[in-house]
Amino acid sequence: MGNEERQFKWVGTRQVRPDGVEKVTGQANYGADFTLPGMITGRVLRSPHAHARIRSIDTSAASALKGVRAVVTADDFPNLPSEVVAGGESPVNYRYISCNAIARDKVLYEGHAVAAVAASDPAVAEAALKLIQVEYELLPHVIDVREAMREDAPLLHEDLFTEGVDPKPARPSNIAKRTEFLLGDPAAGFAECEVIIERSYTTQPVHQGYIEPHACVASVAADGMTTVWSSSQGQFMVREFCAKLLKIADSDLRVIPAEIGGGFGGKTTVYLEPLAIALSRKSGKPVKMVMSREEVFKASGPTSGGVLHVKIGARRDGTLLAGECELAYQAGAFPGSPAIPGCMTAFACYDIPNAKTVGFDVVSNRPKCAAYRAPGAPMAAFAVESALDELALKLGMDPIELRLKNAAKEGTRALYGPKMPIIGFVETLEAARAHPHYNTPLKANQGRGIASGFWFNIGGQSSAALHINEDGTAEVVTGNPDIGGSRASMAIMAAEVLGIDYAKVKPLIGDTASVGYSFLTGGSRVTFATGKAVVEAANDVVQQLRARAAKIWKCEVEEVIWKDGVAHPAQGQTDTRTQLSLAEIAASAARTGGPISGKASLNAGGAGPGFGTHLCDVEVDPETGRVEVLRYTVIQDVGRAIHPSYVEGQMQGGAAQGIGWALNEEYVYDEQGRLQNPGFLDYRMPVASDLPMIDTVMVEVPNPAHPFGVRGVGEVPIVPPLAAVANAVARASGVRVNDLPISPPRLLAALMK
Amino acid sequence: MLTYNKPTTVDEAIVLLQQPQPAARVLAGGTDLLVQLRSGRLAAQGLVDLKRIPELRALRAEQGGFRIGAAVSGAELGEHAALKAMWPGVVEAANLIGSTQIQGRASLGGNLCNASPAADSVPALIAAGARCTIAGPSGRREVPVETVVTGPGKTSLAPGEFVVDFLLPAQAPRGGDAYLRFIPRTEMDIAVVGVSVNLTLDDAGLCTAARLAVGAVAPTARLVEAAGTSLVGTAVDEAALAAMMAAVRAACAPINDKRGTIEFRTHVAGVLAGRAARIALDRARMRT
Amino acid sequence: MSKHHISTTINGEPVEFLCDTAQTLLDVLRDELGLTGSKEGCGSGDCGACSVRVEGRLVCACLVLAAEVDGCEVETIEGVAQGNVLHPLQQVFLDEAALQCGICTPGIIVAAKALLEKNLDPTEEEIRFWLAGNLCRCTGYDKIVRAVQKAASVMRSA
Repeated sequence: MGNEERQFKWVGTRQVRPDGVEKVTGQANYGADFTLPGMITGRVLRSPHAHARIRSIDTSAASALKGVRAVVTADDFPNLPSEVVAGGESPVNYRYISCNAIARDKVLYEGHAVAAVAASDPAVAEAALKLIQVEYELLPHVIDVREAMREDAPLLHEDLFTEGVDPKPARPSNIAKRTEFLLGDPAAGFAECEVIIERSYTTQPVHQGYIEPHACVASVAADGMTTVWSSSQGQFMVREFCAKLLKIADSDLRVIPAEIGGGFGGKTTVYLEPLAIALSRKSGKPVKMVMSREEVFKASGPTSGGVLHVKIGARRDGTLLAGECELAYQAGAFPGSPAIPGCMTAFACYDIPNAKTVGFDVVSNRPKCAAYRAPGAPMAAFAVESALDELALKLGMDPIELRLKNAAKEGTRALYGPKMPIIGFVETLEAARAHPHYNTPLKANQGRGIASGFWFNIGGQSSAALHINEDGTAEVVTGNPDIGGSRASMAIMAAEVLGIDYAKVKPLIGDTASVGYSFLTGGSRVTFATGKAVVEAANDVVQQLRARAAKIWKCEVEEVIWKDGVAHPAQGQTDTRTQLSLAEIAASAARTGGPISGKASLNAGGAGPGFGTHLCDVEVDPETGRVEVLRYTVIQDVGRAIHPSYVEGQMQGGAAQGIGWALNEEYVYDEQGRLQNPGFLDYRMPVASDLPMIDTVMVEVPNPAHPFGVRGVGEVPIVPPLAAVANAVARASGVRVNDLPISPPRLLAALMK
Repeated sequence: MLTYNKPTTVDEAIVLLQQPQPAARVLAGGTDLLVQLRSGRLAAQGLVDLKRIPELRALRAEQGGFRIGAAVSGAELGEHAALKAMWPGVVEAANLIGSTQIQGRASLGGNLCNASPAADSVPALIAAGARCTIAGPSGRREVPVETVVTGPGKTSLAPGEFVVDFLLPAQAPRGGDAYLRFIPRTEMDIAVVGVSVNLTLDDAGLCTAARLAVGAVAPTARLVEAAGTSLVGTAVDEAALAAMMAAVRAACAPINDKRGTIEFRTHVAGVLAGRAARIALDRARMRT
Repeated sequence: MSKHHISTTINGEPVEFLCDTAQTLLDVLRDELGLTGSKEGCGSGDCGACSVRVEGRLVCACLVLAAEVDGCEVETIEGVAQGNVLHPLQQVFLDEAALQCGICTPGIIVAAKALLEKNLDPTEEEIRFWLAGNLCRCTGYDKIVRAVQKAASVMRSA
């Protein structure tokens, strides 16, 4: 099937999402909306200290309190060995996940869970927490990534030796890993450069900021059968993690996905679920646990802040010859920052013959970082795209021209190894240059920034089942939580292949016992990989429909073609057989072989890389350092938009998060390492009045590895905004702030220098 | 167990606030109180909800100005055309407290008695020369607004006392007020700096009186008399504004915290004072 | 002390319930009355996911004590549609894809309805400032603002 010039009936149309009505009427059930008879409430005791050894925990008084049904500590969980297994976007070490869910021996950040209580009443649970006596030995702490890297820094893990250096270090440190990527000969490349920009940058950890706090209900029956209802980015992930952390057989653990109120990568791990299972196991009651917003900020993952150093060089005509980027990302309390994807993405937009990136994964006394939309890429892009903007100014070149001159194309060798497949980066730059936004005049104190970004996108394991009903309608069952409209995309793709009305296909999200394994909703993979499974399941159904028609017509299946939801005799067949609709075949299914049902389980490769280019206009108040975003345009190669509205929504939402990252979001710690702004009041995410309309341009360069040409679209849009905003501020004010966020006090200080 | 009472008269409220528990707290809009209760920062034994007392919910013209019940919501103030016409700065300040949702509940009495240095309405009330009626076991007293808050979280109210209402005087025939605050976002933040200016012109356009008050740059909102003095007798020209801005900055004694630095707050206080004065001046000129 | 006996009208229906002083209106709606359409995103009035109306006023249900609504009319997201007939805002939010994860949607619809009852022709700026207390992390607000504008136009021509 060729991808160009194809006419679709449903793909590319803006259908009402099947789960829409329940979401606009308040009937949809999210993580905290679920209740079971006899359910009790779980609460978590959290560390008030940034770093301390746990000398003892006395839970006797709490256990004795009337109404308390169970108290658990790390002693109630298996002490897992350190073991790294492959994850979807990053490796997973279950020991770290376990020790993060409940502290063992040491607390490593303020908010680290120490014990959990379940009681008949929330107030009793709260009172019980106060009765737990924890004796701490306070240890010096470290928050800042540069300080954490010093030899004399307080050590978080006595058994952590830097990986990736030879020889193996003799002493433990907070640097978990060093990674290097090299292409060509950077030193020789720089020697040829006529213009070189070299700068240092910092970014702050930022939280995903989903509006729904983590929530779950767990119920363990007398025979050990365990059921968990939770809001996460993957019911199979929850099952896998909880099974490992509590040593439960996968088949004894059923995870039922709730609707998810935002994740952005932050719900790709477990926090409450293992505790709720342990409490339910101990109490024999269903246990519900919901985080407060303060707990979300103090104990769930932000993405890393980073310290980055970039050197980039070119000929006077703008040809990039060499680039280097060294970055150190804060992992929080346990190793696992996205330093590697940071290294891999830093120069991925460009054809640079000589490049090197070095990354450090660094632990410090902050909550363990979690994935956040294109993990690791936005910070690296901030540094590289800012440096490129300076390079363009120094060369006297239009910043889009500079990027076009060096843009990665099909066949460009990426620093991290492979050659680029068919990609649409050049197309985004050309669309940006042609956009009216780019050519609109600016006024005093206003500036326009441009920046580009890249994300790999992933595929991975997905399953889908498609059941045809007697009346010709269908259900399509997949295993991925719908975080932003994916049910609609699944139904559109199924309807397109089957050739029936979108309204006749009802998408369902199965629990872990009712659909084949599906890796989590993340990595921009669902419409690509799970979509591919849906298409294959639908193709399976079409095959069966053709076979049934053949049976009815008493001919060979090859003599039946399927078009627009109807079986036709193949061309050249001259007999008088009438056509058979899907509904007609379905109605006679019992007589032709029984129910018609298709399925597919696959491990999808070939996720097409995604590229985007953003345009941002700002106005700077020179007297206060306040930045107003006046206009914003997101241009992205989306492969093929299955549901354009939800693709635009991803582009707009990613841009908004990136604008917050650039301007105001940060974690503020006091001297004791305690978070000072664990709430939406002082962790300043953009509100409606902070933003303009966000214009979108969808460039479609179809991905040949997907039947409809889909590329992941969810992550790319958060990569360019940090630099797009920073470049706009620099051009508006004449002052470049290389440390995020570009908050008013910081910008004003720079302006007054 | 936390008690809850909803008296319908001031006298009843006074009795409830004294007994049976001395730790009973006044509940007006609850937008600060409920957050504090939930976070455990405030341990009250009981709540006395004042919103059922008609006096605290009334808003009426009086003595050429307005008497505003302490529990009148920000939204109600914003909907009062005559009040808004006379004291636009006060209404703007009150309407800047929180979101639309918060406006449905937040009150001037609560904003004052929560005693935050960053309360938006307080500098505006001070600049307007507002007074408030305080009721308590020893009767009623009327005091200037600037005397109520004594420090962060602290007021001069005696046990059992609460604010009943505010009296905004008549604005001068050629008077105008304005309030500006600085926040990093456009909404939903606590003021990093707040400045209110209320000035009066004579027929020749010279300033005959000026009151300036600042918020979030000292332990309490303060009246900056020197700043007012620097405008009086001038046409509020650039030189006078520069002197006024310098006086405002000199009166700042802020802290470094998660919302801003000392240098930033001090600098921006001057900037906002200049901008607010220009708005107040325009309003005074319009009111002929 | 015994619980408070509260009589209210919720979405037009008389409702009585018992509550402790410390229970917020949101606690009672969600935990006692099964009205879980109002969401708790922060518990401090900063996100607007629990937006409801009390006596017509838009408020955060997390910042209202349940005991305070005695004798009051309360409207929640569950009362916005008339039976199975969606309010124009709800229909337009679906048509315009003005939601992604949907957790903020009930609060935004309740808030937007209060705005349109006050002003059937709001400007973009008026919509943005009215909804500034309703955080959405998914959409960047663009489609939400457009949906409110479109619903206003639908309602004006109704």
